[in-house]
Amino acid sequence: MKSVSLGVMAGMLLFCSVPAFAQTHPASAPSAATAPVISSDGKLYADFGGHDGLVALMDDFMVILLADPRTKDFFVAVDQTRVKVELVSQFCQILGGGCTYTGKDMKTVHAKLGVHQADFLALVEDLQIAMDRKHIPFRAQNQLLAALAPQHRDVVTEP
Amino acid sequence: MKTVFSRMAIATSFVCATLVYAGRAQAEDFFTYASGKLLLTGGVSQVEGAAGGGLTPWAVIGSYGSRDQTGANAYYTTIGTQDYKITSYGALIGIHDRVELSYARQDFDTQQVGAALGLGAGYTISQDTIGVKVKLTGDAVLEQDSWLPQIALGAQFKSNKNGNLVKALGARDDQSTDYYISATKLLLAQGVLVNGTLRATKANQFGILGYGGQDNTYHLQAEGSVAYLVNRHLAVGAEFRTKPDNLGVAKEGAAVDIFAAYALNKHLSLTLAYADLGNIVTRRQSGLYVSLQGGF
Ligand code: HEM
Repeated sequence: MKSVSLGVMAGMLLFCSVPAFAQTHPASAPSAATAPVISSDGKLYADFGGHDGLVALMDDFMVILLADPRTKDFFVAVDQTRVKVELVSQFCQILGGGCTYTGKDMKTVHAKLGVHQADFLALVEDLQIAMDRKHIPFRAQNQLLAALAPQHRDVVTEP
Repeated sequence: MKTVFSRMAIATSFVCATLVYAGRAQAEDFFTYASGKLLLTGGVSQVEGAAGGGLTPWAVIGSYGSRDQTGANAYYTTIGTQDYKITSYGALIGIHDRVELSYARQDFDTQQVGAALGLGAGYTISQDTIGVKVKLTGDAVLEQDSWLPQIALGAQFKSNKNGNLVKALGARDDQSTDYYISATKLLLAQGVLVNGTLRATKANQFGILGYGGQDNTYHLQAEGSVAYLVNRHLAVGAEFRTKPDNLGVAKEGAAVDIFAAYALNKHLSLTLAYADLGNIVTRRQSGLYVSLQGGF
C-alpha cells in the first residue's frame, strides 16, 4: 500500500513537470479592440466618477506603479502621459462610458516588455490600491478587474 | 514525544519568524509582498493541511507564490466542541502555482470522553497527513471570460498514531491515502468563489478513528464551499463535507461550517468559523473554529 502511494505521488510529480501540459492555450486571444463593454446604463461608469474620475484614478495609479519596485522599471522610461490617456479611453469603453479605445492592441504594446504573471498581478494589486483610494465600490472594482483579467493572455509573455 | 516536540518547535519558529516579518512589513498598501497572488486567492489551510476552505481542499495552490514563484505558509487551528478539543497545525509550500506539498498534524483530545471510555481523561488521538496537490488546468482567478474552473488532483497520505485503539474500535488500518479532485472558480464580477471536491476515502472521522470499518473499500464523498468577498481582506462563506459512515461502533455524519476569513496582509490571516462536525462517537459536535495562518 505504501509503495502504491509513493508511486502515485511520483506519478503526479512527473505529470506536472511536463511543461507542455502546464500551458493553457485558449483558441482566441482577446485584444483591447475587442475588450468587452460590461455596462450599458452608465451606472458603472458613474461609480468610477466618469471621465474626470478615470483621469484622476490613472494619475494615482501611475504614481503607485512608479513607487512599486515590482512595476517601476516597466514604466519609468515610457510616455506615461500617453499610457494614462489610453488607459482612460480603454477603461471608459469597458465601463460603458461610450468611448472607443484609441490605443494600440494589447498584444503589440506588451509584446517586448517581458511581463511575468507576477508583474501582471502586481499591476492589478496597484490598481486595486488606487481604486480603494478613490473609494470606488468594491463590486464595481471587481467588475472592471473581471473584464481586464483575461488580457493576461496578451500581456504576460514570460513562462 | 521527542519528534512531537521538535515538530512543534519547527512549526512555532516558522510562525514566529513569519509574525516578525509581517510586523516589519506593516500594512500591505505598498510593496510589502514579495509574492504575486492576490490577497486570499490562495485560500486558507483546511483541517488536513491543504489550501482550501477550513474543511475542504480547493483547486488553488497554497501560498502567495505565482507562476514563477515559490511560497510557503504555516497554520495553527483549534476547534472546541461539546466533548472534544481538536488542534491541527502544519505547513505547506506552493511551487510555481502548480504543485502544493503539505504536512499537517491533528490532535484529537477526548477530554472527559476518554475517561468514560476507560482511556483516561484527555486521551489524545493523533494523525499525520502528508499532502500533495497538482493543478491540472485552468486558473480560478484570471480566466474570467471562461466558465472552466481551476482543477487540481490531490492525495493525502494519512497515518493514525493510535493504531491499537482505532483497530479495537473496528477500523481496519492505521494508514491510508485519500484521493481527491477539486474544481474552484472565482466569479470575480459577482465576488463569489465556488468550490466542489470529490474525495475517495476510507477514513473514519477524517482519519482520527482510523481507516476502513464495516467494509474496507474507498467511499466517494462530496465536499463543497462557497465564499463571498466582502472586500479585499475579508471573505465569508459556508462549507460542507460528507464523510463515510463505516465504523460499526458509532454513527458518522456530514460536517458543515460557516466562516469568515480575514487577511491582514499576505503574511497573516485569521479564520473564524462555527463548525458542526456531525456525530462523533458520543453526540453531535459543534463549536468555534479558530485558525491562524502565517506565510510568505
Ligand atoms: C490588464 C492589464 C493591462 C492593461 C489593460 C494594460 C493596458 C495598457 C494600455 C492601454 C497601454 C497603452 C497602449 C498604447 O500606448 O497605445 C499600455 C501600455 C503599457 N503597458 Fe500595459 N496594460 C496591462 C498590463 C500591463 C502590465 C502587467 C505591465 C507591466 C508590468 C504593463 C506595462 C505597460 C507598459 C510599459 C506600457 C507602455 C509601452 C510603451 O509605451 O512602449 N501593462 N498598457
